[in-house]
Amino acid sequence: MSQFAINLIFVLGSFAIYIGIAIWARAGSTKEFYVAGGGVNPVMNGMATAADWMSAASFISMAGLIAAGGYANSTYLMGWTGGYVLLAMLLAPYLRKFGKFTVPDFIGDRFYSSGARLVAVACLIIASVTYVIGQMTGAGVAFSRFLEVDSNTGLMIAAVVVFAYAVLGGMKGITYTQVAQYIVLIIAYTIPAVFISLQLTGNFLPPLGLFGTHVESGVPLLQKLDEIVRELGFQDYTADVSNKLNMVLFTLSLMIGTAGLPHVIIRFFTVPKVADARWSAGWALVFIALLYLTAPAVASMARLNLLNTIYPAGPTADAIQYAERPDWIKNWEKTGLIKFEDKNNDGRIQHYNDAPAFAEKAAERGWAGNELTVNNDILVLANPEIANLPGWVLGLIAAGGLAAALSTAAGLLLAISSAVSHDLIKGSINPNISEKGELLAARISMAVAIVVATWLGMNPPGFAAQVVALAFGIAAASIFPALMMGIFSKRVNNSGAIAGMLAGLLSTVIYIFLYLGWFFIPGTATFANTPDNWLFGISPLSFGAVGAMINFAVAFAVSSVTAAPPQRVQDLVESVRYPRGAGKAVDH
Amino acid sequence: MADHNMNAAAYWSANLRLIVISLVIWAVVSYGFGILLRPMLAGISVGGTDLGFWFAQQGSILTFIALIFFYAWRMNKLDKEFGLDEE
Repeated sequence: MSQFAINLIFVLGSFAIYIGIAIWARAGSTKEFYVAGGGVNPVMNGMATAADWMSAASFISMAGLIAAGGYANSTYLMGWTGGYVLLAMLLAPYLRKFGKFTVPDFIGDRFYSSGARLVAVACLIIASVTYVIGQMTGAGVAFSRFLEVDSNTGLMIAAVVVFAYAVLGGMKGITYTQVAQYIVLIIAYTIPAVFISLQLTGNFLPPLGLFGTHVESGVPLLQKLDEIVRELGFQDYTADVSNKLNMVLFTLSLMIGTAGLPHVIIRFFTVPKVADARWSAGWALVFIALLYLTAPAVASMARLNLLNTIYPAGPTADAIQYAERPDWIKNWEKTGLIKFEDKNNDGRIQHYNDAPAFAEKAAERGWAGNELTVNNDILVLANPEIANLPGWVLGLIAAGGLAAALSTAAGLLLAISSAVSHDLIKGSINPNISEKGELLAARISMAVAIVVATWLGMNPPGFAAQVVALAFGIAAASIFPALMMGIFSKRVNNSGAIAGMLAGLLSTVIYIFLYLGWFFIPGTATFANTPDNWLFGISPLSFGAVGAMINFAVAFAVSSVTAAPPQRVQDLVESVRYPRGAGKAVDH
Repeated sequence: MADHNMNAAAYWSANLRLIVISLVIWAVVSYGFGILLRPMLAGISVGGTDLGFWFAQQGSILTFIALIFFYAWRMNKLDKEFGLDEE
């Protein structure tokens, strides 16, 4: 059977499961549509949260980033998991006790202001729409590589599948498909990793293999990797970083951004009790950690495998002949994600760090520049081929990559559509809308959101990489502080919260625009995006944490000079702090 | 009512204390051992590298999981002790 047929079977098989679940889990009420009826088992919700959270970026890109950056990119590992500690202790249980359907619901009620609610809706929509673009393009890439269809056709297929289960089932359909998607993606991610770890270290657990011994050379794996990359002029894989302030702030931005992303928060509205929300955050992190503990192992092992492929006799000997390159390089060359250019015309693939410090040594060896460029994103996808694993593993990876992209896209689309139908239409435009009308409005807004997301996926604004920074920056600087102050302070009032959210949002967005271009239009950046230009060495990606601090400071300052919130709001704050009397998410 | 308020206040301060302790640990393993204090831990070698690298790529994640489960277990017990749990 051809590889194409195998991929097709895996992808279509997984889609059939999702559609089956959609038909089984149709939503009959707004409560089912928004919060899956509020009766989801905490372990199952943890699994759904893991799939909701782990996007194409986690599945496809993260290991590649770590492979390229080594220790310096540990920020992603800590940042994208540490946020769950904040969620479990600072947000999830109290918002569950509050017991309504959306994040702006809480901000609007707690800050007794439709203005605050609208600011929250705006932040939510900007953060979620930018995030969903990345998922749709990720799905498009997976389709074009594995199913050899045009990526636009792939996107349309993905959109139809999401449409089926998200519009029909709402949160209920999404929850149970996310559970299935988690299972698909975690199996797809770990199986190749286990094989590679066995081949390189003899240990079948990749996280242990990472710190284990490289079987072939008898030295520790990471030491071996350091030796090879050093020989090729790269920075040591385990090298420390000098700009610690930026590393801390970037990690912090990712953590509070994670805790502030609405599509993650609303997952905790689906469990029956406050106690379940706490457990559920723990289970979510367990399921996420299965991938996140595997990723750094995949990263170092894939880097080692890649360099061993190019320098079969070690980095001090000759590189491989281009004519003798393995099939996986040929396959990926077709996608343009691996490029070779024989700069010194010796017919061999020299891959090394083209930096001034290494120029002399390169010249000595007769090298005329780095000849191989490898896109970070292919490492995970090409892993099974690099390790010579059977064809069905590749089919699994295809289904896994799509599961990661689609599960996150669906969660985001639900967050967007509930903000529109519940907060904008019912909350502001037409408060007297019937239950049936609101459910219809929710379905229509979901459908519109899918169409918009698909269109944006087909015509990605040329800043797909930067938009994730924007999504995290906004969530970190606007939503997280507002929610936290709403629970932990009785003094922060409507004006304080609005001023804080706007200050956090604007400072972050402006800082990002200064370096990445105004509204991401190429060529409009005020400063070149290089470390020398950054304020105190803080990169635009790391600014969300600073924006959050600005938000807190402004909110407290403004609140302290304006009137305290009315008694009923202070009572509301009291009530969210104590689990007693929560009941299930209220119908309203 | 006064009793209830005192009880509730004690519950809330117990919660805050637990959060502060947990977040100190959360920060020490990630920002501390994983980033800022890494040079100090350079002498302790772990599988071809140092302890700081281990915390940055594995140790902090494992600690985060332990922290959340500890917090959930402790708070769910406090809910009952203070009679504030959901029936």
